[in-house]
Amino acid sequence: MTGHLKTWPIILALSILSAPLVLMYAYLFIDTVTNSPPGSFIPNEFTLEHWAFLWHTPPGRPSIWRVTFNSLLFAASTSLLVIVVSSMAGYVLSRLNVPARGFFLAGVMVLHAFPAITLIVAIFLVLQMIGLYNTLIGVILVKAAIDMPLGIWLMKGFYDTVPWEIEMAGIQDGASRFTVWRKLVLPQVKPGIFALWLFAFLLGWSEFILPQVLAPSGDVQVLSVYLASLIADDNNFDMALFKSVGLFYIAPVLILFFVFQNYLMNIYGGGSKG
Amino acid sequence: MRILLDKFSKSFGAVKVIEDMTLEIKDGEMLALLGPSGCGKSTTLFAICGIHKVTGGRIYFGDRDMTDLPSQERNVGVVFQSYALYPHMNVAENIAFPLRIRNLPGAEIKRLVDEMADLVHIGNLLDRRPAELSGGQQQRVALARALVRRPNVLLLDEPLANLDAKLRLEMRSEIRRIQLETGITAILVTHDQVEAMSMCDRIAIMNAGQIIQIATPKEMYRNPRTTFVAGFLGNPPIAFVEAEARDGMLAVKNADIRLPVPPDAVTPPDGTPVIIGIRPENLGPEGDAIIRGRVSFIETQGRENLYDIKLENGSVLRSIQRVRDDISLDDEVEWRVRSDRLFVFAENGERL
Ligand SMILES: Nc1ncnc2c1ncn2[C@@H]1O[C@H](COP(=O)(O)OP(=O)(O)OP(=O)(O)O)[C@@H](O)[C@H]1O
Ligand SMILES: [Mg+2]
Repeated sequence: MTGHLKTWPIILALSILSAPLVLMYAYLFIDTVTNSPPGSFIPNEFTLEHWAFLWHTPPGRPSIWRVTFNSLLFAASTSLLVIVVSSMAGYVLSRLNVPARGFFLAGVMVLHAFPAITLIVAIFLVLQMIGLYNTLIGVILVKAAIDMPLGIWLMKGFYDTVPWEIEMAGIQDGASRFTVWRKLVLPQVKPGIFALWLFAFLLGWSEFILPQVLAPSGDVQVLSVYLASLIADDNNFDMALFKSVGLFYIAPVLILFFVFQNYLMNIYGGGSKG
Repeated sequence: MRILLDKFSKSFGAVKVIEDMTLEIKDGEMLALLGPSGCGKSTTLFAICGIHKVTGGRIYFGDRDMTDLPSQERNVGVVFQSYALYPHMNVAENIAFPLRIRNLPGAEIKRLVDEMADLVHIGNLLDRRPAELSGGQQQRVALARALVRRPNVLLLDEPLANLDAKLRLEMRSEIRRIQLETGITAILVTHDQVEAMSMCDRIAIMNAGQIIQIATPKEMYRNPRTTFVAGFLGNPPIAFVEAEARDGMLAVKNADIRLPVPPDAVTPPDGTPVIIGIRPENLGPEGDAIIRGRVSFIETQGRENLYDIKLENGSVLRSIQRVRDDISLDDEVEWRVRSDRLFVFAENGERL
């Protein structure tokens, strides 16, 4: 009872402080399914016209489903590339006695510190030269390469916590180094790999600059670029449409978060269980 | 299977850890590698199982030269100090892992795992994860996993170090029982002399990368080759006093104590400085040579008491005797030693 008495002022204060945020999100949603009379914020009719982009492709624009599929493909491919390469490279850097290990570790860190945007002109030229400009593959490769240093470092950290004896026991049990990694070590870092995958997926989903510059047009547009093109379009500027597409764009992120939040909290709170 | 280390050396960069060690372990024998921390016990073990490449010398299992074979082909069972169970597998899967790697048929794997689980008494735990086991149970699983593929050799690196005192006692006899039942050649690394003496057929005592003495526990206790060996074995430990040879006797320095030279030692020439080792159980009411001193400490051990007695020159001897009430702190006592149980060492620590 006393606990409640003590906590309610805090809850109240937090509610008041966060009310504007909640209101904003609520209004964002309400605004996409209603119309308001000019000069007023209070909606006066319910409508689905702002969501019409889902079933009706406006002329001169790619279909929203095509763009969503591209975004999905982009995020899935980059995150997959990142976890596959990072889980292997992280292991090598953590465990194997490779030559110039220190140099690689430092190099990877420097690469991560490098703002990708400074490279964009060079990347643009390279992609154009090898014919991957304005293709999804090109921008996927670039994005994965940029995310990889962080992934490698994270995975190295996860591998560092796996006891050395487990691997030696596996070797004594007759397993090859690869089998040891695959069957004994990888399961220990599974939560880490999952977290990295989710992280890389969300980074890919929200990436804007790279696709905007390297794969801007038509069939290869991703959602973020599509969304940006809505504001850039001065001729028929539609605020409500912009909001709806925005909501559509963040929905998967929210869903992913709600589905996996307990799992993620577990990784950072209690380590791997089961 | 017999194991032979032939002039084996190991260095890490410029640090020479083991130099020219020759060691033979007989077929079916359990040998203890006993020595202080950092003397190279684990290094030797890891060289035998192939985790470390040797810097020099050869390693034979039977007549087969194993020196250049990778770990996977040596078929050595290792029990690590931390047990190194695979946390994501249950007990049965842990034990089965070496067999899975060998692609044995499922029914065969199941039969071998059950057989091994019975041997180490964990038949009822097969579905549990390692995290759900006690230390002693994990230890048994680790043993089962090491033994299930019938290894040539079983290596144990301080297998009891992580257990509490009672479990340690239990696992000591369990490991020995399992070793005897399987008849496997085993090497036990430990720095606990009690473990080494109670579990093993022979002890190889190591110091600074060298084997000082190899003998059965009894022989080593009765007949230590150096002060290091004498000091390492025995609890409570042996006490040393400095003395000098005089007229065919050993005169304790700065004290009015003269001890006869034990029959198995050569009488050193007069004036030779020597070190006399006296085990606590050999100092007491009975014996043929007299030692006078003052009781400086009494430790009750239940059945026995441990007395420290201080000689006039300040050195301290220890005596373990049945509990008696007639002696209290600071009493002057006149006790005796059996001169045939004395150890006489030269100044450099070698037994005379
Ligand atoms: N990888 C290594 N690199 C350099 N020196 C090492 C390495 N491994 C061991 N040493 C050194 O070799 C010596 C022997 O080490 P080892 O692990 O064999 O000791 P130990 O007898 O097993 O000791 P403990 O009882 O503490 O386990 C130590 O001085 C140690 O510092
Ligand atoms: Mg060790």
